[in-house]
Amino acid sequence: MAMNAAAPAPSLSPVLLPRDAARGPFSLPPPFARWFAARGWTPRPHQLALIEHAARGESVLLVAPTGGGKTLAGFLPSLIDLADAPVRRPGMSRRVRALHTLYISPLKALAVDVARNLEMPVAEMDLSIRIETRTGDTPASRRRRQKTMPPDILLTTPEQLALLIASREAPRLFADLKAVVLDELHALHNSKRGDLLALGLARLRTLAPGLRRVGLSATVADPGPLIEFLGGAELVRGAAGAKPDISILASNAHVPWSGHLARHAMADVMAAIKSARTSLVFVNTRAQAELTFQDLWRINEDNLAIALHHGSLAPAQRRKVESAMTRGSLRAVVCTSTLDLGIDWGAVDQVICIGAPKGAARLVQRIGRANHRLDEPSRALLVPANRFEVLECEAARDAVMAGELDGDRLRNGGLDVLAQHVLGSACAAPFDADRLYAEVASAAPYRRLARADFDRIVDFVATGGYALKRYDRYARLRRTPEGTWRIAHPDVAQQYRLNVGVIVEDPMIDIRLQAKGRPTGAGGRVLGQLEEYFVEQLSPGDTFVFAGDVLRFEGIHEDAAFVTRTRDSQAKVPSYNGGKFPLSTFLAGRVREMVSRPEIWHVLPDPVNEWLRIQEFRSIVPKPGQLLVETFPRANKFYLVCYPFEGRLAHQTLGMLLTRRLERLGMRPLGFSANEYALGIWALRDMGGVGMDRLFDEDMLGDDLEAWLAESNLYKRTFRNCAIIAGLIERRYPGKEKTGRQVTFSSDLIYDVLREHEPDHILLRATHEDAATGLLDIARLSEMLARVKGDIVSKRLDRVSPLAVPALLEISKEMVAGEAHDDILREAEESLIAEAMKI
Amino acid sequence: MTDDLVIGLNGERLVLDASGALWWPDQATLVFADIHFEKGSFYGVRGQFLPPYDTRTTLRRMAAVVARYRPARIVALGDSFHDADAPARLDVEERIMLGAMGAGADWIWITGNHDPAPPPWLGGFIASEFALGGLTFRHEPAVFARRGEVAGHLHPCTTVNRRGRSLRRRCFVSDGNRIVLPAFGAYAGGLDLWDEAISSLFDGDFGAYVLGTARVYAVAGRGTYHSGRRNTTAESQPKRSAISTVDRPYARGSRVAKS
Repeated sequence: MAMNAAAPAPSLSPVLLPRDAARGPFSLPPPFARWFAARGWTPRPHQLALIEHAARGESVLLVAPTGGGKTLAGFLPSLIDLADAPVRRPGMSRRVRALHTLYISPLKALAVDVARNLEMPVAEMDLSIRIETRTGDTPASRRRRQKTMPPDILLTTPEQLALLIASREAPRLFADLKAVVLDELHALHNSKRGDLLALGLARLRTLAPGLRRVGLSATVADPGPLIEFLGGAELVRGAAGAKPDISILASNAHVPWSGHLARHAMADVMAAIKSARTSLVFVNTRAQAELTFQDLWRINEDNLAIALHHGSLAPAQRRKVESAMTRGSLRAVVCTSTLDLGIDWGAVDQVICIGAPKGAARLVQRIGRANHRLDEPSRALLVPANRFEVLECEAARDAVMAGELDGDRLRNGGLDVLAQHVLGSACAAPFDADRLYAEVASAAPYRRLARADFDRIVDFVATGGYALKRYDRYARLRRTPEGTWRIAHPDVAQQYRLNVGVIVEDPMIDIRLQAKGRPTGAGGRVLGQLEEYFVEQLSPGDTFVFAGDVLRFEGIHEDAAFVTRTRDSQAKVPSYNGGKFPLSTFLAGRVREMVSRPEIWHVLPDPVNEWLRIQEFRSIVPKPGQLLVETFPRANKFYLVCYPFEGRLAHQTLGMLLTRRLERLGMRPLGFSANEYALGIWALRDMGGVGMDRLFDEDMLGDDLEAWLAESNLYKRTFRNCAIIAGLIERRYPGKEKTGRQVTFSSDLIYDVLREHEPDHILLRATHEDAATGLLDIARLSEMLARVKGDIVSKRLDRVSPLAVPALLEISKEMVAGEAHDDILREAEESLIAEAMKI
Repeated sequence: MTDDLVIGLNGERLVLDASGALWWPDQATLVFADIHFEKGSFYGVRGQFLPPYDTRTTLRRMAAVVARYRPARIVALGDSFHDADAPARLDVEERIMLGAMGAGADWIWITGNHDPAPPPWLGGFIASEFALGGLTFRHEPAVFARRGEVAGHLHPCTTVNRRGRSLRRRCFVSDGNRIVLPAFGAYAGGLDLWDEAISSLFDGDFGAYVLGTARVYAVAGRGTYHSGRRNTTAESQPKRSAISTVDRPYARGSRVAKS
């Protein structure tokens, strides 16, 4: 984040400070006032407000847009305090200081960047303040030293905080901690990493009573949950920035019916890149980044420096792009959400968002990446890829201009994260269950945690928590005679340290590029990594897009996939899996409303306007509260298309459940396809006569859901993540898996056995809660079903409606009904037989 | 109605069961490979508390197959126990289940690398190799195999890709001269068919017979080898699936390029 406090603030708060900040009751100490003056800056009102609150020992949530000098505001009180008198540890030599301020950021790059920016005022004011970072990259020797001789200010991540509080030195290290600064809190608080951070914060408050908490957040719809996360805080709002300048690229000539890539618009995107000095081109998935990058280069006649940045490129490659960006030598970077947050690249003057924004808050965050100066509008260009996305972009722009943002559905703290924390607590020191429970329940995500569930988690950590008490003799935690819980063996602490953290990556495999004609496995530099499951479905000779090239898969050798370059311009295997983020509930509501109001359609591009008008004429345009269900025949099949606008994940779950029901009703469904806005099902029988109220009844979330979950791959993946976070399955580390075949076991096998014998096990509970908000979005589906009850309008048509076309166009690439595994095997067998019988 | 897959091996007719067991009707012999009893508790002892129910699940699945075929002889192809202490970790209930299984049937416990010395209380015969009719039963496939070798040890699995979806399942592998059985144990991992350890066993064409929910599918292999034929009979006993797991081991073998 930028440390530039920038030119005169647009408005000064009349309450907190007099016009001349340097002389009023809350004036800055002389060295600080001189420093601001020397740079021609005036402290911002919110910066002074934070100093004032800190002086009273109050915690603060600062909500301000990007470019408001937010990070400096968070640190100023600490710098002033430290400049006055660094905290000395009583009885120790003058050189040994106590940790004064802890800063936590979601990204380690951000922590490093903030440390660098903080060094500047400290050096220029000649303050004797030591600032250090602590990340996974910090050498072990320095990490050890930091525990005994800490700096004044330590900048780190939630995972490192978890490790610190799990160490024996924690009570001493944090005893004198005065302040903790949580950066980008909006991005962290409602996630598993947020749970980890909340538990860490609760511990810090135990170790350092009176600890001042400072939360820094981008603009949010409701700061309430963030204030709760901090354990109560005063709210300070930074001045609003200039309204952004958002345009939507939509041609009146052609708007595609479906697709997510916006390939039709690449010439316009290129023109936009030319018109700005430096652009960030945001897309929603890694695969889309690859394709967009390729498309742009295909028409890059001026050879503009356009780079690619996403999470699976080799780190060295990413660093290269980042430093080129910092030097200002790039005209554009095609990137994914990896750059939603992060370090300030002052020079960016335009943000281009390809595809739908998915949420108003996400859009604001991305737009904020352009122009880190508060007083100038950020420039953004939205590029919708299809007709529904035009509506979504319009809705998002309206929301941003009106200052309205999506609210989050608040999750409950994860039980798997709690298990990790309980083990970490025991590693630090024996714990008393009553006291630990009280501490955990003081953390906002766990305030509704039942004592019984807490006890089951302790039991899980100690011996696995099974009804069959097989492992009591091998317990990881044991009761001491005093009734506290301690770790049974030092190895347990070692195991904890290796498994800490809540980010579970899919197993990845290196992609190595080798020269043509060389035997597979010979040499080749690493281009990056891809998910193992993707590579596993490739056969030698298949082509796919990665690292900006079309590559030919040659084979897997040892632990890498080997590829060669190919001259093909089109890849055979698509790796696009739809949007990564579901459409936010808030934005969905706005899109539904836009669709329901013909009087405002004229603002839309002509093809979109016409599309909706014909829909109105031929079928029905649903009112905001309604769910439209259309049925029609087409090419010997019968279709049912509904429009919940609840995002792809919830639609996919709905599709699974509806096909089960239709199967039972004898409709013989063949398959379904889901996108962000609609769900289409096709069958051998006409579904027009089915009672839609009955079909969409909420009771599908009972037995049908349970039966489907048993075999759902998404659910098994959720279980695997929970099992790893909770410490049931150890993480896989690069190099570690090569210790022979079947060294370990599959989480799917464990899931099947556990579900059969102990369906109420606490880890299955954790999985269920996770799936409700995660990959299956059951919570959202359930709200939708409740909302539309009695408001379902069904329409029998003799042919496909305009609104149904996008859903139908996606059918070709979609799945078979349910998760019918055996259908896949049967097909494979038939194709083998066909091959064998070919003469 | 059952829907068995029957293949020929060195002149003998063998039924590939969807549970992963092998049924030899002419000798009334049922074969299980790599049962790995108490694999869960093996890790549990080391502080990794996997659900301690794998032995029960495996026993239940075995019992279902045994009840269906009522064999005169049961062959366990080695690695029946995950480690030397595993027999001692079975609890009473599990021992009773095992003792009652196939009452009257002759048990032959082939020794494996995980269980070089199965405990004598199991009853039956303990042997490193066993020959009957045209077949030889052993744990590890031999480098120079006799025709008619029936082995386990390798836990073959394969991945089937269709319509952009990928499915990994246990499978039988055979070329008509020898067969490798899939692992039967609930927690047994798998090794890809294309790993040299498996593919190098077969000089020419071979077939992979993948375990589906209720039947076995001949889906892959080298060349166009396909010896299986459906034996559609109208037996009264309903055929229930015993295994419906997708086997996705963490360990990756070195997979060689498909030629």
